[in-house]
Parts: sequence; C-alpha cells; structure tokens
Amino acid sequence: MAGSAERREPPRRAAAPAPRRGSLSDGRWRPLEVAFWAGTLAAYFAFPAWHVLGSQILITGLFAVSLDIVLGYAGIVSLGHAAFFGVGAYVAGLLAANGWHEPLSALGAAALAAAVAGYLASFLVVRGTDLTRLTVTLGIGLMLWEAANRASSITGGVDGLSGVTLAPILGRWTFDLRGDVAYAYALVVVFAVFTGVRRIVSSPFGRSLVGIRESSTRMAAIGAPVERRLRAAFTLGAAIAGIAGALIAQTTQFVGIDALSFERSAEVLVMLVLGGAGRLYGGLVGALVFMVAQNGLAGIDPVYWQFWLGCLLVVVVLFFREGILGGAANLAARARGRRR
Amino acid sequence: MHGDFIGVVFDGIAFGSLLFVIAVGLSVTLGLMNFVNLAHGSFAMLGGYVCVVLMSALRVPFLLTLPAAFVAAAAAGLVLERTLYRRLYHASPLDQVLFSIGVVFISIAGATYVFGSSQQPVRLPGYLQGQVRVAGHDFGVYRIFLVAVVALLTIALEYVIRRTRFGSLLRASVDHATAAAGLGIDVGRVFALAFALGSGLAGLGGGLAIDVLGLDPTFPLKYMVDFLLVVAVGGAGSVRGPLIAALILGVFDVAGKYYVPELGGFAVYALMIAMLLRFPLGLHGRLG
Amino acid sequence: MSAVLRTAGLSKRWGAFYANRDVSVAFEQGARHALIGPNGAGKTTFIDLLTGTVAPSAGRVYLDGDDITTLAPHRRVKRGIARTFQASTLFPSLTVLESVMLAVCEREGRGGAGWRALASETAASSEALAILDALHLGAESDSTTRTLAYGKQRLLEIALALATRPRMLLLDEPAAGIPAKESVEVLGAIARLPREVTVVFIEHDMDLVFRFAERITVLVAGSVLAEGAPDEIAADPRVREVYLGEIPQGEAPLA
Repeated sequence: MAGSAERREPPRRAAAPAPRRGSLSDGRWRPLEVAFWAGTLAAYFAFPAWHVLGSQILITGLFAVSLDIVLGYAGIVSLGHAAFFGVGAYVAGLLAANGWHEPLSALGAAALAAAVAGYLASFLVVRGTDLTRLTVTLGIGLMLWEAANRASSITGGVDGLSGVTLAPILGRWTFDLRGDVAYAYALVVVFAVFTGVRRIVSSPFGRSLVGIRESSTRMAAIGAPVERRLRAAFTLGAAIAGIAGALIAQTTQFVGIDALSFERSAEVLVMLVLGGAGRLYGGLVGALVFMVAQNGLAGIDPVYWQFWLGCLLVVVVLFFREGILGGAANLAARARGRRR
Repeated sequence: MHGDFIGVVFDGIAFGSLLFVIAVGLSVTLGLMNFVNLAHGSFAMLGGYVCVVLMSALRVPFLLTLPAAFVAAAAAGLVLERTLYRRLYHASPLDQVLFSIGVVFISIAGATYVFGSSQQPVRLPGYLQGQVRVAGHDFGVYRIFLVAVVALLTIALEYVIRRTRFGSLLRASVDHATAAAGLGIDVGRVFALAFALGSGLAGLGGGLAIDVLGLDPTFPLKYMVDFLLVVAVGGAGSVRGPLIAALILGVFDVAGKYYVPELGGFAVYALMIAMLLRFPLGLHGRLG
Repeated sequence: MSAVLRTAGLSKRWGAFYANRDVSVAFEQGARHALIGPNGAGKTTFIDLLTGTVAPSAGRVYLDGDDITTLAPHRRVKRGIARTFQASTLFPSLTVLESVMLAVCEREGRGGAGWRALASETAASSEALAILDALHLGAESDSTTRTLAYGKQRLLEIALALATRPRMLLLDEPAAGIPAKESVEVLGAIARLPREVTVVFIEHDMDLVFRFAERITVLVAGSVLAEGAPDEIAADPRVREVYLGEIPQGEAPLA
C-alpha cells in the first residue's frame, strides 16, 4: 500500500512547476501583516482614550521581539533579558534628566549602550550549557538591579528616576499627557525597528540562527562560526531591548527600577511564549493579549495577578505549547487539509 | 557578625552549608532527569512555613518541626513529580523553565495569601541561642548546630548514594537512564524517589534557614540564583561538587559583605562566573 | 601521492574507556578509503576527532602537513574537511533548499550577511539546486526537512557536505537507511567525484565497501587492526576472525 503510494508520487511531482522557490520568504509583505500594521494605525484613531496603554503595548511588543531573536531564533534561554531593557531605559532617562533633551539621539545612545552591554555579556552566555546560560543571564540581571539600587543618588533607586523632560520630537511634536504623540512616536519607531528585524531573520544570518538552534553541531559542520553568530544575535537582541527600554523611559518620562527586575524578564518570556516564539509576530501578539488582560484585571490584587500568571505559564507549557500564533497556524493548516 | 577572620569564615561555612542542603536536591534533579527546576526554592519555603506554623500554632519544639518540614516538602515533591513534573522530562529546557517559573509564582502568591507578605519570626530554643567562646573566637551556637547538621546529612547522603540499593540504582540512572531502563530498573520510581528526597532536603533546609536567610513569600525567587550557582558551579548530578561550590559561595559572600560592604554581592557573583567559565561543566561531573 | 590528512597516535579516552587508542592513519590524496570494524570500534569517534567535533586526549591531526589538532570545527570546514553524521542532524524546520543554500553561503563567506533575504542569493540557490538535482533531491527542494523520508534525509546530509566543496569528505555510514539500489547509486556518485576530493567512508555493508573502496582500514576496539588494499584485507586472517562471528549467515562478504 505504501509502495503504491510511493509509485504514484513522481508524476504528481513532475506535474508541479519545476523547482518553486516561493516557499523561501522573499521579503514581500503578506496580507495578514499589512492588516496587522494597518490595525495599529487605525487604533490611533479608533481608541484615542487608550493611547497610553497602546504605546506601552507596542513598546513591550518590541521588547518581546528582541527576546525572540535571542530565544526564538538563536535558541538561547535567557532569564535576564530585562537587563538590556533597563540599560536602555536608564541611559535615555539619565540623558533626559541631565540636560540632553533630544529624544532621537538618546534613543540611539540607549541602543548603543545596550548593545555594548549585550556584547560583553554574550561572551559569558554563548558558551556553556543551558544551565550555565540560565544562571549567568539571571545573575547579570540581578547584578544590574543591585547596581541601580546602590547608585540611588544617580538612578533614584527604588523611588525611580524622575525629572525626565524631553524636547519636542524633531523640534515639532511635544509629548502630551494623553499619549497622542507617545503612541505615534512608539508606532513609528517600533515599526521601523521591526522592519529591520524582519529583514534580518530572513537573511542568511537569520536563517543560520535557526540552523544553530536546531543543530549547532551541523551548523559548525557546514562551516558556520557558531559562537560568533550567537554573540551577534545576543548583541542584536540586547540593542533592540535597549531601544524598547528607552521608548518606555521617554514616553512615560520616568524610569522605575523594575525595568531591571526579574519579574520583567519573566513577563516578557511569558508574552513571547504566549504569542509564539520564533515567529516574528509572536512577541507583538503576546504583548497585546498579555497587557490587555493585565489591564482588564488591573483592579485585582497583584497577588492574584501573580497567581494567575503562574497558572497561565503552567497551562501554556502543558497544553498550549506553540503559543497563539502556532495554534492558529495549526488550525489554518488543518482547515486547508480539510478543503483539499 | 564576628569581628575576626576565623569567625567570618565560620559564618560563611554555615551559610554555605544551608545553601548546600537546599540545593543538593536540585543537583540530583538536574543530573538525573535533566530537569531545570527553578521552583526548587518553593519546596524550601514550604518547609520553612511548616516549621513556623508548627511552632507558633501547635507549640511543637523547633527540633521536632524539622523532620516535619522534610516530610511535608518530600510529600509535596512526590505528588507534583507524579502529576506534573514527569510530563516534562523530555520537554525543552525552555518549557521546563517556564513551567517551573509558573510554579514559583503560584507558590509566592499562595504563601502571600495564607501568611501575608511579612517576614516570619522564628524563636530558636534557648540552647541554640547565644555564642560560645572557643580558642579565643566567638561562634554562634546556631551556626555550629547548622554545620553539624549539614555534616551529618552529607555523610548520610553519601551513605545512601554509595552503599544502598537505592543509591546504586540512582547512580546507574544518572549515568545511563536508557541503559538503566533496559536493565529492568524502574527508572520512573527512582526519579520519583529522588525528586521527593531532594524536595525533602530543600524543605529541611528551608526550616533551618529561617533564622539565617529569613522567610517571606519571595524566598524562592530571592535565592534562586544562589541555588542555580551552587549547582552550575558544582556540577549537576554531583553531591560533592555542589558541597564545595556552596561552601565557596558561602564563605566569599559573607567575607565579601563583611570586608568590602560597598561591593556587596558583586564580588561573589564575579567569582562564581569566573569559575563557571573555567569549569563549564562544573567542578565535579556526575554523582560522586 | 601524498597524505592529505593524517593522524599520529590519536587517542580519545572517556574515564577508563578508550574510544580510540593510538590511531595513526594517513589518507592519500584522491583516495576512496573505507573505515570498517565491528560496532563500538570507535569509527565515528575517529571522524569526530578528525573534524574537531570531539577533542582528542592525545595525539595530533595533520592536514597538508599542518597541525590542525586544536582548530575549531568550522575552520576545518573552511580548510576543506566536510562530513556527514550517522544520526541525522539536519535542520528540521528549514526547507531542503534553504539548508543547502546556507552551506553554500557559509562557504562563500556570506553566511553572516544580515540584510538581504536568503531567497535573493540567486547564485547560491542555483548552485544548491544543482547539487540537489545531482542527488535526485531536486523535486524535494521546497519540502521542509522534517517531512522528508529517512532515506532522503540521508541524501540531504551528503548534499550539505558537498555544498562546502570539500577536498576531504568524511562520510559516516552514508548508505544506512537508503534502499539497496539507491545506496549503490549514491556511493557511485560519491566515488565519481573528481580525484581532487579525497573520500573516507564508514560502512557496514561489505558489498558496498568492496565495491567502492580502494583502501580499507579496520578498526577494532579503538585501535587499527589492519590496513591495506581490499584483497589484502579480505585475505587477512585477523580480519576474518573479527568478522566471521559478526556477519549474519549468507552475507559473508569476505568469502
């Protein structure tokens, strides 16, 4: 039976147009993607009262995307990704609080600082086993938190850094309390960075990260410098996390020490996995769902929130492993199968 | 805190001993099941609360609460292993990490709900309080007690692993889980017992730790990195490796905070990271 | 002819167990050299040592006379050593074409390029398709690797190795799991590679070994038992002794 099926195979193959290359992502925007970004734009006009939350969702989504590069693509499990988010937030916040009020250059400085921090940390992270990686990333996050806490004369410690005042963006748009400019600014920056990430993950470099995640031995056997690639991915992820951190500092005009906390690292991990890791949009979708849920439950005691977050994690791991996007993709595949 | 070097080192050894008791179970779970159980500290916290409740509500003497802490944490470990953990032995490290962080959050929320978020007081019995003076140095009685308990536990653990049937099954399973299963060893049972034993030790450590590390609902999170460091530096699947690593971590942490308070915990983390780079697989591989 | 790759006293020890012990072998330029021996003889470990996947406990590896013992695996690939793995270690979620293109890009030094899509590397894709066609995998180029039949995954292993344009090709049981007719075809294709490529292969099927090998090294318990031309090996009483107990009835290829 299997044999006859096999014999029937070749003619069907031959009938198909000779080697299609369509399955390789050629960088064209798919309709669903266009719809997604059109939605973020439409949300500006549709939910004017929610611009503050909306901007935070976008920024947190970008933070989750930065973790996706490290975890979803390169396969490095990090428990301390907030370290780089925090570095970006403090660099942007401290610049603005100490006389440098121009936002875009501060964004660049934050990205650079986070990239440097990520590059240095990457040497500790990319070697070693998963246990070592977990321990080192967790340790780096805790050390930075402690450093910010000790340097309270500069960072404000647990009270947070206030006095973050910004000049108008490009000299024209001043940040307002309703978050109109914040939303637009966040959307433009997040979209621009995301477009870059989108290019990178379909490039030879991005595909080689997937290769390393799936078999680093095999990747080395075709000549790839595995450690160097992983260091590059970790640095890139850190830089983008730094941009996200800087955006939060600028749009809220405040930096809390929780930007560096373990809870922040854990939450972004949850969002990414909830949305679907290694899927580019997983971080954005996860952040949206997570933060809307969190906002809806804002009235409840934070203790309960932590309880439900814990339950969510356990349930996702046991029953819903591929995240929202993975689940949706499976459903779509099943529907296509049925139609055929 | 003692004013002299010997006293500081001794305090460090006491702190390290505690870390070892709590973390050794994590080493076994990692070596045996390859499971990254970040929720290991939750079992220690459970032990701590069992001690507190027994002492304050039922007036049970401190020393008798310790075996109860062991039993309670071991039972909780056994139940969770049989129902949830074992489903994830073959899952990716990421899944294990997420799952166990979930357990940490649930345990923190649960402890806060039941006991509130404040530090739990512990009144040690009179004979464990105070100091004794030996050869011109002051030593805390409770610290001496801790070191003695941990020394006895380590000897007992070595005996169990080296001399008992369970120990040889355990060692065989750590070395070659598939081969052990092929030899007719009920690996699942070995795993469950090892998990329960490790959780029980963590619970015992949690009870012993109340006076030294304190006890509040954030305990599993606050010391997570210390437990991980002990295992990562010591070597997963080993007993002696984590013992050495815990003692080093304890001594350098206490000494660092005493002599260079402005550097605080940084020095010891830097040392541990340097050791991780030097010995990526830990000081001591496998059970030994 | 001179040795492209040779080892001197190569050993790998795990605890008290020697996977390889004092192995000194030379592979001549253009050779078709088989590595045989019973299970557990240390054949795969030997390849791991040659490619740097595993570090030796003692001994040296020389490529063109240069000591490469401590050279990282990917640098050995750059110097022309390619291998396949016995247990498939492919990229399950990448397509067949993507996988081979990655190998081509790495060879061309474009593996770290981060801005242009892999799909737009047209030179790499036509070269990858040519390699796939040569191995009769062209029709599968858009399949995701995890959906490939086992035999085709073995072929993809070889395609990946060929895409690095090796001078020294190390194949760990290339024919295992491939139907007999195809395995002759695959090994034939490999044997017909230009003589600039030196081929070393581990193989259990003695028919294939004696059909394609021009030189044979026999490893037993981690050490070299015998080395020579096929007819010398076939006539060697020590080799016969090792093998007669091993080979199922009716297949005794050394007869």
